[in-house]
Amino acid sequence: MLYANTDIDTVDRPPIPGPRKGKAQVTKASQDLSQQTTWMLAVRDARDQAAFAALFDYFAPRLKGFIIRSGAGAGQAEEIVQEVMLTVWRKSDQFDPARAQVSAWVYQIARNKQIDVFRKEQRPLPEALTQDPEADPDASQIIALEQEAGKLRQALALLKPDQRSVIEQAYLGELSHQEISTQTGLPLGTIKSRIRLALEKLRHELKEIR
Amino acid sequence: MTAITHHIPDPLLAAYAAGNLPAPYALVVATHISMCLECRAAFDAHQAAGGVVLENIDQEPLSSDLKSSTLALLDRPAPAKPTYKRSGVFPGPVMEVLKGKPPKWKSLGLGVRQSILSSGPAGSARLLYIPPGQAVPDHSHNGLELTLVLQGSFSDSEGRFGVGDLEVADQDVEHTPTADEGAPCICIAATDAPLRFNSFVPRMLQPLFRI
Repeated sequence: MLYANTDIDTVDRPPIPGPRKGKAQVTKASQDLSQQTTWMLAVRDARDQAAFAALFDYFAPRLKGFIIRSGAGAGQAEEIVQEVMLTVWRKSDQFDPARAQVSAWVYQIARNKQIDVFRKEQRPLPEALTQDPEADPDASQIIALEQEAGKLRQALALLKPDQRSVIEQAYLGELSHQEISTQTGLPLGTIKSRIRLALEKLRHELKEIR
Repeated sequence: MTAITHHIPDPLLAAYAAGNLPAPYALVVATHISMCLECRAAFDAHQAAGGVVLENIDQEPLSSDLKSSTLALLDRPAPAKPTYKRSGVFPGPVMEVLKGKPPKWKSLGLGVRQSILSSGPAGSARLLYIPPGQAVPDHSHNGLELTLVLQGSFSDSEGRFGVGDLEVADQDVEHTPTADEGAPCICIAATDAPLRFNSFVPRMLQPLFRI
């Protein structure tokens, strides 16, 4: 009953869930989730500093490599790495595992920060979609997205080195928009459909709480 | 509201996700994504690809104290930054450029108005207000032009564009967008070069209006 009238809704509705209900459900399925997602959810839901430290160990050396490749010196790169990781901590409530892998989310924060620093301008960003904190996180949806990301990883690994290098250059920001328009990208159709489903669910939930 | 039928071409979306779109275009793309679930999904998909590239990049060893100094900062309050939400027909990214205030319109004659959001070496972004039946002055442009409808609709040789629709015109397109009947058409438009008008008088006025 998606559009039940409010009277029936009140009768049918189960008792208001406790604040930890959602978290408990994700934890139950956590053996199926990637480590990064598990850490990120612990940061988001429990402000878990040990989980943050684990994320730091995984991402910081990669971020430093990423930022140095776009022309920063080692010292400046580390400053940016620190800012990116602090943003991960501070904006963790915006992380939605049904829509983004942790790496995708960190990637976007890193690009924003680089544009801030190198071009002295703020990249215009789309309006953030707020999540309903009461909504049940759907572990199957998260796992499905992780599987799609896994396929993307394989697709990239199977490319010929020169093709892979072009894609790396594109996402590292080394190609102009005119150059990108002549390149063929990765197969993104299925992961896009998967994210689209999550967005529709989110929009539906937001309508219900309005 | 009718469904959006003119979306962001994928290479443009990829360039935006990679952070390599000049700011005026990026503003239009961010505004369209704010209005369009389809393109938001496609944008998220590009971020997923960027994430995979990040996972596989060559790692660089860190200074020994970077981790401890970062952990020590976790309890510091985050610097407050205002966030802008949609107001009327203007989605969040537009309100952010307007700093939360209503646009300041300037008349271009015949009821057409514009409000310049940004103008610089990277190009310009502006809001346009076109009364029903009125045309944007005939123009061509040096580079790519993006026009996104926020209210009403317009039609030109490329088709009809309603709320949320994005027209992508390169330098080969000489188009005369004309607002359809109904509500006045409000758009956001971005170019990477000043517009060139084809008739003499608007061309003379161009430096004055920065159009």
